[in-house]
Amino acid sequence: MTMTSEVAILLTGVLAASACSLLGSFLILRRMAMMTDAISHAILPGLVAGYFLANGPNLLIGSFGAAVAAVVTVTLVEALQRTRRVDGGSAIGIVFPAMFALGTVLVSRFFADVHLDTDAILYGNIEFVNFDRLFIGDRDLGPQSLWVMGGLGVINVTFLALFYKELKLTTFDPGLAAAIGISPILIHYGLMATLSITAVGAFTAVGAILVVALVIVPAATAYLLTDRLVIMIGLSAVLGAVAAVAGYYGAVALDASVAGSIVTMTGVLFGAAYLLSPSSGVIAKARRARHNQQRFAGEMLVVHLFNHEGTPQQAAESAAGHLVTALNWSSQRATQAVSYATRRGLVIQSADRLALTDAGRVAGRQLVDR
Amino acid sequence: MGDILHDLIFDYTLRNVALGSALLGVVSGVLGSYAVLRRQGLLGDALAHAALPGICLAYLLTGSKATLVLLAGAGIAGWLGTLLLLRIVRDTALSEDAALGIVLSTFFGLGIALLTLIQQRNDANQAGLDRYLFGQAAALVSDSVVTFAILGGIALAIVALLGKEFKLLAFDPQFGATLGFPMQRLDVLLTSLLVIAVMIGLQTVGVVLMAAMVIGPGAAARQWTDRLSVMLALAALFGATAGVSGAVLSVTQSRLPTGPMIILCLTVIVVSSILFAPARGIVWDVLRQRRHRRSLTAPALVPEWEGGQS
Repeated sequence: MTMTSEVAILLTGVLAASACSLLGSFLILRRMAMMTDAISHAILPGLVAGYFLANGPNLLIGSFGAAVAAVVTVTLVEALQRTRRVDGGSAIGIVFPAMFALGTVLVSRFFADVHLDTDAILYGNIEFVNFDRLFIGDRDLGPQSLWVMGGLGVINVTFLALFYKELKLTTFDPGLAAAIGISPILIHYGLMATLSITAVGAFTAVGAILVVALVIVPAATAYLLTDRLVIMIGLSAVLGAVAAVAGYYGAVALDASVAGSIVTMTGVLFGAAYLLSPSSGVIAKARRARHNQQRFAGEMLVVHLFNHEGTPQQAAESAAGHLVTALNWSSQRATQAVSYATRRGLVIQSADRLALTDAGRVAGRQLVDR
Repeated sequence: MGDILHDLIFDYTLRNVALGSALLGVVSGVLGSYAVLRRQGLLGDALAHAALPGICLAYLLTGSKATLVLLAGAGIAGWLGTLLLLRIVRDTALSEDAALGIVLSTFFGLGIALLTLIQQRNDANQAGLDRYLFGQAAALVSDSVVTFAILGGIALAIVALLGKEFKLLAFDPQFGATLGFPMQRLDVLLTSLLVIAVMIGLQTVGVVLMAAMVIGPGAAARQWTDRLSVMLALAALFGATAGVSGAVLSVTQSRLPTGPMIILCLTVIVVSSILFAPARGIVWDVLRQRRHRRSLTAPALVPEWEGGQS
């Protein structure tokens, strides 16, 4: 079976996106998003060492070296954090540049004449996945990256399925988890190991930055759209896949880097959720705040009229123009309050005079009693 | 040794590289110290990544490759990235850590897309934009170094002028606010100064390694002292030392890239500070603990004057 380059790239993108973003939800909830950044950069010296050992590019040995480097990175960051001489963020920011620098030095020192493209390390070359094929014996099994990404997807789904309960509990209540015999530390290292494998696998096809974006951004987007963990995980995989497809066609249209375009698309999706999410979007929040403000002002007005009803001051206090001084409102606020209360049928206005309706009187009594 | 000194003064390339790297070390050391104290070290990482689309857009819009033009684009983009970061943290339930990752990766992705777009247009003039990815200190010309010196000088002068205010911001912003200082505006100013440090660093050590340039000197200096003024001076010294030694190593040895060598030198300084700094060094801690353990297991009945410790 042969497939076109387009299909191979799209499939690789979609598989990579779903596999990476599956893990993102837990990393976001555990406030460990930047560990992804650290790991995806720090595996460079491991890749170089693998290249050195295998005497050339070799997927298996290279991945092994990278996985070792990932473990070293996680261990170093945590050791540094445990010394409590630096804060958590600084520990990350000290370790991964050092690893990356080491990798770059190794590359230019020993492989200056070999093709080990440093640009590709940052943004991959998903464009060429169809040329890098997996052979067993003489049989062509299709693009190698498809197998790698598919494998990653299987690993991550299995990990989540097997340890879902443990992951959930150690994320939301590590104390309880420890009390009922689930080790938060063990689960933590399991998650870090899976993340390392994912970063290593995805890295070779799509580059370090795409890995970071695909792990963090779709999950963060899903976080803005739902409060349920299962839905968040599923949604992030879907959002990742959507970004991959949209990003690919965007890149083709503009003749730009596919990886860069996919990342940009994850950002666009995040921006859309940030603005438009019905539960926690900025626009929905602003509208809710505005609505609450109007309702509060309207209720104030009803109470004000209710309190003065039947008193000698009623005539003076129920003049619409008087509200500005009586309640210390801006005239705009007063208009808002009057319009809110009349729309709800709590107040009627004739000329400049405001009066409570029967419903308004009932509402006023309730509000005062509350 | 004498040769190196001679070259440092008279060799055009080495002098520029060493001077530029030293300047970067001083500026990012001082401003990074504040970032470290405020636990915002990784902001430097995000800023550096966020700068890339700015560089590309500045080139696309002006067609110029002048250091100042590109750095202005970088600065504006970095600044926008910070603004967005703050909005995300304020408006959503996402943690700062997630917001950093989002801004960093999406801005950088956009930058990569723009960079390839520029490369596809295939005009010979674009070559060199990607030097901002990995930094190319070896290509520093005296023009850039002068630009660095002016930018860095302005940043350091502002820090010197507002020393007291920034100290309040770093240690007790609420107290500062009750005293009537405009803490929010000071926060924006300090972050903008960090943007300047990152702008200087991009051309020298590149996007990825900038995080260490911001965090390293401050984190190392913190181990040696509890006084802010001493810490700032030490951070500047450590940054400059790493810059010069990295530059010298890379120029005198063949096939050693400057940026990564600077970072490796810096890492050595950081690690040895954490291990051996007086009072806070881990080694002393471990030794002290071992001594205490021994004194606890020693027969408690031995009187002090017979060799027991108190």
